[in-house]
Parts: sequence; structure tokens; C-alpha cells
Amino acid sequence: MATATNATGEAYEQAFGALRAQGGPSWLPALRREAMDRFSALGFPTTRNEDWHFTSVTPIAERVFKVAPTRSGPATLSPADVAALVISDPDWHRLVFVNGRFEASLSAFAGLPADVRVTTLADALKESPEFVAEHLGKLASGEGQTFTAFNTAFAQDGVVIHVPGGEIVEAPVHIVHIADAQAAGAGIHPRLLVVAEALSRLTIIESFASTGSFGAPYLTNAVAEIEVGNGARVDHYKIQRESTDAFHVGTTQVRQGRDSMYHSFSYAAGAAISRTNVYTQLAGENGETRLNGLYLIDGTQHADHQTFVEHLAPGCASRELYKGILDGSSHGVFNGKVYVDPVAQKTDGKQTNHALLLSEHARVDTKPQLEIFADDVKCTHGATVGRLDEDALFYMKSRGLGAENARALLTYAFAAEVLETIEVDALREGLEALAFARFTQSFGEQR
Amino acid sequence: MSSSIESLVNKEYQYGFVTDVESDTIAPGLTEDTVRLISSKKDEPEWLLEWRLKAFRRWQAMTEPHWSNLKYAPIDYQAQRYYSAPKSITPLQSLDQVDPELLRAYDKLGISLSEQKHLAGVAVDAIFDSVSVGTTMKAELSKHGVVFCSFTEAVHNHPELIKKYLGSVVPYSDNFFAALNSAVFSDGSFCYVPKGVRCPIELSTYFRINAANTGQFERTLIVADEGAYVSYLEGCTAPKRDTHQLHAAVVELVALDNATVKYSTVQNWYAGDKDGVGGIYNFVTKRGKAHTNSKISWTQVETGSAITWKYPSVILQGDNSTGEFYSVAVVNNMQQADTGTKMIHIGKNTKSTIISKGISAGHGQNSYRGQVKMLPKAHGSRNYTQCDSMLIGNKCGAHTFPYIEVANNSSITEHEASTSKIGEDQIFYCKQRGLSAEHAISLIVSGFCREVFKELPMEFALEAQQLLGITLEGSVG
Amino acid sequence: MLKIDNLHATAGDKEILKGISLTVNAGEVHAIMGPNGSGKSTLAQIIAGHPGYVVTAGSVTYEGKDLLAMPAEERAQAGVFLAFQYPVEIPGVTNAYFFRSAYNEVRKANGKEELDPIEFLDLMEKKLKLVEMDEAMLHRSVNAGFSGGEKKRNEILQMAVLEPKLAILDETDSGLDIDALRVVAGGVNALRRPDNATIVVTHYQRLLNYIVPDFVHVLAHGRIVKSGGKELALELEARGYDWVMEAA
Repeated sequence: MATATNATGEAYEQAFGALRAQGGPSWLPALRREAMDRFSALGFPTTRNEDWHFTSVTPIAERVFKVAPTRSGPATLSPADVAALVISDPDWHRLVFVNGRFEASLSAFAGLPADVRVTTLADALKESPEFVAEHLGKLASGEGQTFTAFNTAFAQDGVVIHVPGGEIVEAPVHIVHIADAQAAGAGIHPRLLVVAEALSRLTIIESFASTGSFGAPYLTNAVAEIEVGNGARVDHYKIQRESTDAFHVGTTQVRQGRDSMYHSFSYAAGAAISRTNVYTQLAGENGETRLNGLYLIDGTQHADHQTFVEHLAPGCASRELYKGILDGSSHGVFNGKVYVDPVAQKTDGKQTNHALLLSEHARVDTKPQLEIFADDVKCTHGATVGRLDEDALFYMKSRGLGAENARALLTYAFAAEVLETIEVDALREGLEALAFARFTQSFGEQR
Repeated sequence: MSSSIESLVNKEYQYGFVTDVESDTIAPGLTEDTVRLISSKKDEPEWLLEWRLKAFRRWQAMTEPHWSNLKYAPIDYQAQRYYSAPKSITPLQSLDQVDPELLRAYDKLGISLSEQKHLAGVAVDAIFDSVSVGTTMKAELSKHGVVFCSFTEAVHNHPELIKKYLGSVVPYSDNFFAALNSAVFSDGSFCYVPKGVRCPIELSTYFRINAANTGQFERTLIVADEGAYVSYLEGCTAPKRDTHQLHAAVVELVALDNATVKYSTVQNWYAGDKDGVGGIYNFVTKRGKAHTNSKISWTQVETGSAITWKYPSVILQGDNSTGEFYSVAVVNNMQQADTGTKMIHIGKNTKSTIISKGISAGHGQNSYRGQVKMLPKAHGSRNYTQCDSMLIGNKCGAHTFPYIEVANNSSITEHEASTSKIGEDQIFYCKQRGLSAEHAISLIVSGFCREVFKELPMEFALEAQQLLGITLEGSVG
Repeated sequence: MLKIDNLHATAGDKEILKGISLTVNAGEVHAIMGPNGSGKSTLAQIIAGHPGYVVTAGSVTYEGKDLLAMPAEERAQAGVFLAFQYPVEIPGVTNAYFFRSAYNEVRKANGKEELDPIEFLDLMEKKLKLVEMDEAMLHRSVNAGFSGGEKKRNEILQMAVLEPKLAILDETDSGLDIDALRVVAGGVNALRRPDNATIVVTHYQRLLNYIVPDFVHVLAHGRIVKSGGKELALELEARGYDWVMEAA
């Protein structure tokens, strides 16, 4: 299966060797070594792999992405630059990474409840190595997952969040990843580890953005592990607006306890090739998962979303709504799987996936799967692919709207349905404005 | 659930008897010589032998596919027998020469082959193991220019048609089982409906496996010439035996411009016992090619076989062509089915409809696997897919694997799927109105399948409904 | 006709009925009222034979027979009819087919001849008028895609077809607008005879303006806390349930 040639394999092995000198707690080298071996053994997936059937990662496999450089001179970005690149709000806690390295000067996350720990991975490894050892690589073990193993082997930094039982974190924690020109040709492997204990409450926003131009493509390969304790709730927004010179692979692995809620929203508008995986396990009774997403692509962009919801306990509910709007000769993929274990009676699963093709050459491949081994369940999925509803267009035109305006409004409305599920006001408004601007460029002063 | 839903057990498989006839059966194993032997037994022309040999060589280079959701012990292809024919059958004999023992076997299956008694309005080709016993109503059909006969007969009497269309829809290189079939196929049915002719009666083939340790590899080819119409039905049964038997068929349909082919299957091969001992391994490749303005419609009721692997498909080649797939697949006990369809939209304004109903009971595993592909030039095409699963009991499974691939923006695809169990509340409601639990279940199941049954020719819809009652009996009590 | 004696029942670990006693004679209409969660619907379901409840004490005698020992379908065949609070959908099965199956099962159980589809259709035409429904609904799937009002009317239609001895209407008025309510009540009244009985389970008094009860019982916390004549319903409407519950 490996498509990495011996040459690229050796190059990564060499780079890995050079990283080992960096130290950390005693257990870390073994974890990384295991991941590196797994990465080498698996190689990059080909389209013969069912999970990658519609997405070719050859452009990633044929390159060797160097380890991202550490900044030598003074910070090149100001807080104002950051604010211009991502949707943000002064009330949010903010951790900023540039090319995968933490920038303290751009970050601000004071004012958290005393027991709640939000730190960089590098600091957590120094301050509480036992905690990290107990959780890192447990949900996202990288078994059978090349990119996750790749991340574990090469991750330089990231964020660790620990919310003890009963703690409520009111303001969202915003994790910002920015790539600048120095990232050209590099691989950035951010890591996020979240442990939200019983009855706690947390909202995380991850933003991925780029600035400047890149002579060579770079790779973002992010991995998040999120444990949602009994009765806890975690909202997780991932906003991916990277340069079209970038490749973006992101994997979120979640495990939920009894009566818990995990709500994820994924926005993908950037990168030449992007792949966003959300894998959740409903491991305790009466848990609920909501997975929503919107992707807007154009040109030759390729955006692939894969979700896998495992119902492992009775009485859980999962709701998924993914929408895509495709222009140019872009290619969208949605692969959603719902698995219902024999013990997971009274499962209520609903998956919906709609794609809108704005141009003649855009293409969508959809594979919504149900695998059901329990009998007392209610599971449905629906998928549509098509263009704008001609009747609705005609109706709007008959009310005096120009064809272009009618088209723009309907396209925006298509996106708005899923944007409405965002519960953080500033984020929702920001994305609505982006989507509106995108589809109504010729439409001027309508808002 | 009311004590009911777990136990209604299988009524005895009604068609499990063995007919005692002396057969000419070749030794197990598969080599080039086997292929030559089969071809010579059928006195085939050289070109057909060559074609078989090409298929055989191709097959040798292929590996058995394992992407399906089916689990079964490895098949030893060298342990199978590839040809078995009752000695009393001589090639190309007429029906009144047929061994009475064989006629009795068909009578027992509810199929009368004698010209006086056969079902009005239906012509039957009866295939017994590797050969055709005979075909009814040929004279009536020939008045309309319709050719309906065994494949072997067609090779001799209509070689130009066979040469033109054999492998034109399913090439021998298509897949592992199609290649195997192409190398060793023994008999099957052939039908040609000439230009503008509406075939006045239903055509049907009844497949019977009788011999032990023998596979059946039939090949069916149906060609509807421009503007023609034909409706065809196949039925299948086999004796109860405690070893698995292999069935690898190929069906090719050709609907030329403005033609319609309707193909219905009631598949009731022996399914094995409740512990999964015995039963037919059913690996079938069925595909139709639809030319301009034509229509191909598949309807299947799959209740038998230990393993079912089949995806009746339509290549919507011509503009404005239509493809349909209506399916009811039932698994009980240890049965496994991985079935669905492919709709490949190539022409403009092509339409396809997929209605799939899966019922799982016992330890049965039922997978729907379907592909809808809209190619870049299939402007203005549409697909509607509805795929519902029903679960009876909590040891079975239902799985759906739809692949939807759209490469132009003027096409619309819609896909809906649902999984439910027969609700306790539904059964209680029926019982409160005076119906027994069994009556309630059969009512609910036939309601669930109604959209598919209404596509079957009338006589067969009743048969299918009864069959379903039998298959599910024992899953509810 | 029906005698309930000290009935106790549980659902899961929860005791819902805690000693109900009630006698219903032929020709009578009883109304069972009470706040939400008082056990009204449970009582109706237990009489019909719903498998979700366990009777832990007491007895129910119907025409001298032990009703609790009979499976649900036998109770139906013996003339016990429950109009469901939430009628169940059975996709793909037409009303006509369903009604005829039920009708013939009940006939068969009572030693009568079954009707063929044509004869049955004649019967249906008369019954449809009773609930002001169109013949087209016979060809729709049982309750599938019906509005709330249509479902309730469909229940009364079945009652009209099956002609039960003991009819239990479980919150048949919920979700009905006033017009539909009058149609439903009109149907029920038309079916009243000296040899049958009706139990009307309801939260509100308004249905009882149209179906006038001989007796009214108030159920609270699994017990009948007060019984009286039809004026009790009016009093409840005026003073609310708290009043009886305190008095009890």
C-alpha cells in the first residue's frame, strides 16, 4: 500500500532521527518511535483504500515536507494581523501558533477558572507529564491511520486543555494556527488534547489560516483528541481557511461518556486538498453527538469530509448535517458512516448531506453508510446532489429579482441553514458575512 | 418484545428434494481441459471455445474479490464439478421426448412443462443442472419472430446473434466470477425480440440445481431490438445438501433504441440450515445496456442462498434511457446478502430509480451496496434512491453502502435510507384489532415490500409474497 | 360487563396503578379524568393487553372471564376495543386491507362467516359516512401521513367497523379541533347501544359536552380519588384538579 518511495521514507526517517535529540519526558521517545514505525509501515493511503477511494494524496506522498523552522528573528505578525486573518472576538481566550510554534506575544488566555488548565503541549510536557502520558495518543492511537501516526511522530507543539469535573469555561478557547511564507515546503503537525471531565462545559474554536505567498506547498496535519466526560458538553468549531498552496489533513477523535454532548462544526474553504475526519464514539448511555459542516470550494480544490459515529451504548442520538457548495472544477467528497453496536438499542441516528454544484465541471462523490447490528433503532440518511432549484429561481425572478441576485441569494440560503447551527454568535456572524460576500460579490449593498 | 418476534422458525424448505436421475457428471477440477470438455459436450464452434479459453486464462490471473460484507470459508475451485447433465437428455431434443422423471421434478416445483398444462401466458425454459430440459410455447413465440430457447440451441441456430452480443455487456474480463462463468458456462436462456415486436407472453427460465457437489454456471442473454418489449422472469431452487454449492451466473440484457426489457427474479436457492450448514453460494453478474430512449428494469426478490453477491446494473448509454432496480432481499438464520445495483449514467437526460428493501432476521446480515454514477456528459440526468431496512430480532444486521458520484451540475441525485424494526407498537396495534402476531408480522412485512411487489408480474407477485411468508416464518412467534 | 378489582400495575420499576376498582355495566358510559401522569392511559392500555405493563395485584373480569389471562388479540376478538391515543402507522398496508383482516379475524373468532372484498366494501361505505370520511382514505396506508385529526377519525371508523362491546377511547379528543371533535363524538354516540359500554379517558371536560357520561371518575396518583355523575366533570372544569386531589 505504501506509495512513499524508499527515498521519501528515508528522508522522513532522517528527519525523525534529528528530532529525537529534543528530549521531553522519558516515555515520549517510545511513543514517537512507535508512531514513526507505524507511519513507515502503513505508508500513505492509495485510492484502493476504501476510506480514501475518492481522494488521492499522491501530491502529499510524493513530497518530503521538512520540519517547520523555528522563528529566529522578532515576531513578524502583530495582533492586528491575526485579527485580520481569522474571525475572533476579544472575549475569547486565545492561543496563537505561527508555523506550528507558539507565539506568546500574540496569545492571551488569562481569566480562566483556577482549576482549568490551558497550556501548550510543550509546557504541559514539562509541567504535568503524567497527565499528558495518561491521555496523549490514547484516543488517536494512529492504528491504521497514516496521518495520525505521522502527527504523533512529528508533532512539535499544540494545546492541552484539562477542565476538571463541574467546571464551566464560559468564553471559547480559540486556537489559531497561521502559516506564513516560512512554512513553504514544511509539514506542520499541531496537536490538541482535551479532557473535559464530568459535568464540565467547554467551547473550542480552531482556526487555520495563511498569510503571504508560498513558493512550495506546505502541509498541515492536525490531530485532536477529545474526551467528553459523563454529563459534560464540548462544542468544537474548526475553521479551515488555509492558502490554496496548502494541503490540510485534520483528524478529530472523540470519546463521549454517559449523558454527554459533543457538538462539532467544520468549515472548510481553503487548501488545495483538504481532508477532515471526525470520529466519535458514544461510549455511555444517552449521549448525543452533533456533527455539522460546510465546505465552499472553487478552482481545482478538493475537499473531503469523513465522519464516523460509533454508537456503542444504548439510547444515544447522533445528528449530522453537512453541506457543500462547489464551483469551478472543484471536487467534494463526503463519506459518513454510522455504526450501531448490538448493545446500542434505542439509537437515533440521522445523517444528511447535500451538495450544490454551481458549475458544469464541479464534481461530488458521496458515500453515506449505515452499519447496524441492533434492532431497536431509528437510523436514516439522506443525500442529494444537484444545482439550484429552478422553481425557486423562477419564483424569485418573477418577484423582480435579477437572475444573478436570485442565484446568489439561494446559494447563500443553502449555506445559511447549516451556519445557523453555530452557537457562538461572533463566529456565526463572521462566517455568515464571509459566505454572503462570497456569493453576492456582484450584489453590492444588500447588507 | 412480546415473546413473538424471536422465534417463528423456518418451515421446511419446500423445494429441497432430490430427483433421482442418472447423470453424466464430469470429474471435479478446473483446467483448460475442463473448458474444452464442456465445449465439446455442447458440440460448440471453434470461436466459442476460443472465447472460453481466453476467459479461462484471464480468470487464472485474477483473484477472488473480497470487498463485500460477506464472510465465508475459502472456495476450492478445484473441488467443484463444472458439468452435470441427466443422461436422458439429448441435445436439442423436443419436450415430448423428455424423461418423465424430470417432468415430475418440475411438476413438484409447480412448473408444468407439458404443452397442454403449462401456465397460460408464460413460456418456460427449464434448466436442470448444466442443461436445458426444454422450452415451452416455442411455436407460439416464433409466430411473432421471437426467439426463446436454451443458450446451447441458440449457439447452433443463431450464431450471428450470439457472436454479436455475447460479452458485449459483461465482457469475460469484467470480474472474477464473470470470467469463471465465461470459461465454464454450460447452459442458460437466450431471447431475441425483433424490431417493433411486443412479446405477447411472459418468458421465464426455471433454474434447478440437482446434482451434488456441482456448480451451476448459466448464461442468459436477452436482446430487445429497436422498439421491442419483453418481460422475463427467472426462478431458482436447489435440493437441501449439507455442502455449499457454487452458482456463478452471468445475465446480459441489451435494450436497443426505444426498447424495453423487464427482468424479474425470484431467487429461492437452498439457504442452508439454521446453523449455516449447506446452501448455495450465489455470485451473479447481471447487467444491462440501455440505448437511446430505452428502458431496463430489474426486479428481484431474493430469499434464498447462503451467500448472495449480486448487483444487477444498468449502463444508461443512450440519451433519455431509463434504468430501474426494485429489490427485496430477505436474510434469516445464517444467511448473508450483499446486493444492490449500479446505475451508470452516460447519456443525456437519463433516469434511474432504485428501491431497495432489506429484511434481516435470525443471525442474517443484509447489505445494500449501490453505485450511482453521473458522468460529465450525462446532462439533465436524475436518480432517486430509496433504501429501507427492517430488522427482526437483535442478532441480525443491516448495512448500507451507497456510492454516489456526480460529475456534472445539471444532474440531480437523491438518496434516502432508513432502518427500523417491526415495532412493538405496530404489533400491539394489530393485535388490539384482533390479528395474531404472525398475521401482524406478515401484514407489516408485505406493506414494507409493497413498492417492489407491485413491479412483479401478477402471478409472481403472489408467489413472492407467499415465499416471504415462508422465509420469515420462525423469525417471529 | 367489566369488573376491575384492586388493580395494581407497574411499568419498569415504577408503580403506576395502585388499587383501581371500577365496574362498568352494559349501556353505560364512564368517563375517566385526571391530570397528566395520573395513570389514565395506563389503565386503558392494560385493559387492552399492552405488553409493556405488569399487573402485580388485583383482577379484571370481562363478561365473567379473566381478561388479564387473554392475549391482546383474543380480547379484541371478544369485543374489547381501544381507540389509541397515538394511532400507529403501518406503511404500505392499506386501510381497506387492514380493516378487512381485522374484521374477518373478529368474525371468525365469533363463528361467523368472513366477508369477501366486495361485501366488505359495501359495509365500509356506510361506516365511512358516520365519520364523514372519503372512500379514498381506504386506499391509503394505515395512518401513514395522516393528520392528527384523520388518525383519530380513523380510530372511530375502525370502532364502527368492529362494533365492540366495550370501547375505550384513550384521549381521543387530544389534538382535535372543534369540528373534528364533533364528528368524532357524533360517531361514538351513533354507536351507543343498550348492550355495549364505553369508557372515555380524557384530560378535559369538553369532549363530555358531546359524549355525555353516566359516571365520572377522577384518577390521581394511580387511584380513583372521586366518583360522581356528569356534573362532576363540570365541577372539575371550573375548579381544576387540585381541588379533588386536596379533598382526597
